[in-house]
Amino acid sequence: MSFLTALEWEALRLSLQVATIAVLFSLPLGILTAWVLARCEFFGKDILNGLVHLPLIVPPVVIGYLLLIGLGRRGPIGGWLFDSFGITIAFNWKGAAVAAAVMAFPLMVRAIRLSMEAVDSRLEDAARTLGANPFWVFVTVTLPLVLPGILTGAILAFARSLGEFGATITFVANIPGETRTLPLALYTLTQTPGGEGAALRLIAISVVLALAALIASEALARRVAARIKG
Amino acid sequence: MGDHTPAIGASSLDVDIERRVGDFHLRAKFRADAGLTAFFGRSGSGKTSLANAIAGLDRPDAGHISVGDTVLFDADSGIHLPPERRRIGYVFQESRLFPHMTVRGNLDYGRRFVPSNEPQHDFEMVVDLLDLTSLLQRHPEKLSGGEKQRVAIGRALLAAPRLLLMDEPLASLDDARKAEILPFIERLRDHLALPIVYVSHAMEEVIRLADTMVIIDGGATVAAGSVEEIMSRLDLRPLTGRYEAGAVLPVTVRGHDSGFGLTELGFGEAGLAGRLWVPRIDLPLGSAIRMRIRARDVSLSLTKPTDTSILNIFEGTITEIAADDGPQAEILVDIGVPIIARVTRKSIAALDLKPGATVFTMIKAAAIDRHNLGLAGANSRARID
Repeated sequence: MSFLTALEWEALRLSLQVATIAVLFSLPLGILTAWVLARCEFFGKDILNGLVHLPLIVPPVVIGYLLLIGLGRRGPIGGWLFDSFGITIAFNWKGAAVAAAVMAFPLMVRAIRLSMEAVDSRLEDAARTLGANPFWVFVTVTLPLVLPGILTGAILAFARSLGEFGATITFVANIPGETRTLPLALYTLTQTPGGEGAALRLIAISVVLALAALIASEALARRVAARIKG
Repeated sequence: MGDHTPAIGASSLDVDIERRVGDFHLRAKFRADAGLTAFFGRSGSGKTSLANAIAGLDRPDAGHISVGDTVLFDADSGIHLPPERRRIGYVFQESRLFPHMTVRGNLDYGRRFVPSNEPQHDFEMVVDLLDLTSLLQRHPEKLSGGEKQRVAIGRALLAAPRLLLMDEPLASLDDARKAEILPFIERLRDHLALPIVYVSHAMEEVIRLADTMVIIDGGATVAAGSVEEIMSRLDLRPLTGRYEAGAVLPVTVRGHDSGFGLTELGFGEAGLAGRLWVPRIDLPLGSAIRMRIRARDVSLSLTKPTDTSILNIFEGTITEIAADDGPQAEILVDIGVPIIARVTRKSIAALDLKPGATVFTMIKAAAIDRHNLGLAGANSRARID
């Protein structure tokens, strides 16, 4: 990888790390949330749905600032995390992952929910008459059938996380080697006189990365769908 | 085959429930013993709602449901077993096979959930019974409609049910596929000691398969009893189907006349109340079968007809006359067994037919249709193929 400079390499590695961690940790919650929204009826469902979609509709700065207030060292959650476990997430790469996860969460949940709603609930009924309790029905019928949707949701969230900018810079700032992911590095270069050439290189890297992720996800989703259909 | 099958849940189904959904009001009360019980009624009459309540997919508002000693639902004591604890094998109209599993995977699905102290059907036995060996590695998508239903039946059986519930399992199949599945359902009925509830709106299937019949109309169970009993009730004609109206007789094969290509059937008490000649049926002597005699193929005479081409003439007593404004009426005649004749109201007036009158019934031998023969009872191993 000698054709990348040390700075580019660092930004790329950081971006991949942040996006991967963001997706891995938010996926179980995303599947659960999608299941609740697709299969359960309860008071306040509209409010939950609204909260999940909030990052999609408010300016990213708002989310970043809310995260700073809540998860900062002196915030109610951030303070508790530090006091109890000694974990700090503000102004480091973990915070960048949290910001990316929150911003990508609505996309992930939407994709999984749509494919969950497409699963014929009569198959789930059939599984119950065969002796499976709701947990086993979920594991043996719902989850396998919804796998293409989960993959789509995860890849979408991954791509969204790679591009996350507003909430990240607000929450964890722009620290080289710690929170300076590809978009932040690109932003820094555009603010630097004479940085246009380097910025173009970063743009090319971003485009290649995003395209690769999307193409890989399409191929993967096709293979999984084909395996499910037999 | 099936001789060493453990007797799984040979017990009766007891239902007395009410359920209201919007304008629809389900009121079901009946008891079904071992053997095959058919729920018969038009589409929308509430058959599937009733089946769902028994399976636990829907919760009634009031009443109780039990199979043998096990209470599945009791509104008063708040018992409502979830579907997975009822062990009711449910075969749906649309098969509902799991698309992400092979046929073998589908068949195995319920087996892991069977409590270890419960007797289970042998996998090979079920595969044999339903002729599934060549399908095991395939995916449901690649199966025909009839094959799907056979797999669905096998899947339900292998979950070791107390009762097998089949909701119009043939309704989405064409006639050829139906004819392919019916013998398999007969095999289940005859070889497994398992009560079966069969939901249908096709009288042909009911007559061929059922021992007991529950008639459902407008959400209510209006009659329950043996097929013979229900089919001989004139007041149920509008529900059991006027055009195909006819009595159902259990008969036994008493002899064959190979010279003329006829078979002699005995009906009534011990098969001795009368004998009926029909075109030859290839069944051994003593086989018990069920036969439907359509009302339009039965005519009446006040005097004993002589010099007639009709072979089957029986003396009997009129028990009931059902006439409305239409030109025709149905008459129930006791000839040792109940039989139904369709005549015009004009003839009733001309012959002065009344309950209690003695008449001669004439049955056209040629009118007796093989397809209407059903195996009566679970003891017979005879098969009409």
